[in-house]
Amino acid sequence: MTYAPPLASAAQTTAASAPPLLRFDELSMVYSTPRGPYPVLANINLQVNQGEFVCVIGHSGCGKSTLLNMVSGFATPTSGQVLLKGQPITRPGPDRMVVFQGYALLPWLTAYDNVHLAIDSVKPTLSEAEKREIAIEHLEMVGLGAAAEKKITQLSGGMKQRVAIARALAIRPEVLILDEPFGALDAITKEELQEELLKIWNTQKCTVLMITHDIDEALFLADRLVMMTNGPSAGIGEVMTIDFPRPRDREVIMEDPRYYELRNSALDFLYNRFAHDADEG
Amino acid sequence: MTTSINPSPNREQRPAPSGLALWWRKNGKLILPPFFGTAGFLLFWQLSASLGLTKLAGPLSLFTEERTRELLFYPFFDRGGLDKGLFLHAMSSLSRVALGYSLAAIVGIAVGIAVGLNKTLDRAFDPLFQFLRMVAPLAWVPIALVLFQNNQPAAIFVIFITSIWPILINTAEGVRQIPQDYRNVALVLQMSNRRFFTKVLLPSALPYIFTGLRISIGLAWLAIIAAEIVMPGSPGIGFFIWDAYQNSYVSEIVLGVVWIGAIGLILDRLMTWLQRRISKQ
Repeated sequence: MTYAPPLASAAQTTAASAPPLLRFDELSMVYSTPRGPYPVLANINLQVNQGEFVCVIGHSGCGKSTLLNMVSGFATPTSGQVLLKGQPITRPGPDRMVVFQGYALLPWLTAYDNVHLAIDSVKPTLSEAEKREIAIEHLEMVGLGAAAEKKITQLSGGMKQRVAIARALAIRPEVLILDEPFGALDAITKEELQEELLKIWNTQKCTVLMITHDIDEALFLADRLVMMTNGPSAGIGEVMTIDFPRPRDREVIMEDPRYYELRNSALDFLYNRFAHDADEG
Repeated sequence: MTTSINPSPNREQRPAPSGLALWWRKNGKLILPPFFGTAGFLLFWQLSASLGLTKLAGPLSLFTEERTRELLFYPFFDRGGLDKGLFLHAMSSLSRVALGYSLAAIVGIAVGIAVGLNKTLDRAFDPLFQFLRMVAPLAWVPIALVLFQNNQPAAIFVIFITSIWPILINTAEGVRQIPQDYRNVALVLQMSNRRFFTKVLLPSALPYIFTGLRISIGLAWLAIIAAEIVMPGSPGIGFFIWDAYQNSYVSEIVLGVVWIGAIGLILDRLMTWLQRRISKQ
């Protein structure tokens, strides 16, 4: 089963006519465990267009991270494949940059050095002045221009996540992969960062795949919400199109009656139709 | 006279004792117990020597024995050959330690990194390393003499082989402990091996490497004394002690031991200080 892209905005209709940027093709993943093979994911089919913002939601243990790991190249599917611009993904690469759950910043470096190291590794041919300019531009984009020379250990969780986002965007990936990026942050920092992420995404128009546990976060950010069924053999249960006009204003969309329709339908999916079995780990 | 005419010196004296009292109140607890502990030990030792309970000369003999007093107060004399002041003996020992220890650091860090990165290599050599590190410095002496047929390189080998294990094992552990997140960042950015080595591996493993280096400096110092005692004929603090023993200059043995302890303590403090400086950066 494939899912048609949303036809909400003009940008997306032009994207729809082009071949999809990412294609999940009959994807399955089986882990071998001491107690025998354990099928995590089965028969995943999905197409993601250039410039789309897609959120993935599902109960813990349903294989969301595994799904994104097959895009980033850290995991190889047991059968099927993920195609980026028609090419199967075989290994990690900077065209699919990841914002890791634990930030994965190098703590002995400053914020600037972390971003600079990424640019230096991915685009070694740029001049030093260009690298510097890109690093500073992206740190300023996430509001860290003043804290650029601070060591990672001196930064708060929200600031670390900002550096991680700046580092990811600075190398201009085709796909930005975020694994529950705001899960560990307090509510206010979380909302701020969501808004900043959206602002940056509006200017850069990269394709975003993001895992979340938060329905409101997905409704605010995403074009489409992929809802996963429970494992073993988890699959895509439903794909919800979220077509609020962009740029989005949190207060405005929360007043939209459709917001609650979508929210209730997602809640119904997660807590009634595919409620998490308490015995499952 | 003066006090009756001019009472101001009295008044001026008051802040000074109060300052001293303040200092004493702060540091007295840190100074008194070690002072009394050491003094009590020395008193016990001196008493048991004076009462003839032991043949070992008491601590006062360092000053009362003329030969020893000379050695104590004139550490820099050099009458040629093996007749040197204790400072020069200590320097000979230290230069051997410097050579053997540097070799151990270079080889230990290099092999430790290789073993830490490569699981097969680790499995191949770990049992051997664990076995060899249990061999005491003295047991290496005959092997070293057979291997090198010469005292000097044999002594350096004994230091090398004694002090390499903590460096090697700690470095390997430091490399194994590099968080998977950092490795993943290097993979996504497709860092070159060289960049991964200098930007991720070394800084990440550095605290472990320094722990190894610090443990090893103490071992190297222990080993040189053992090696010199068994391989006499060249200047060194171990030789000095052995020579004193052969000539029954008991208080000189005591003086030699004081030098060994003091230098060992200084070496350890030096490494601790260096470790703290490095880890702060």
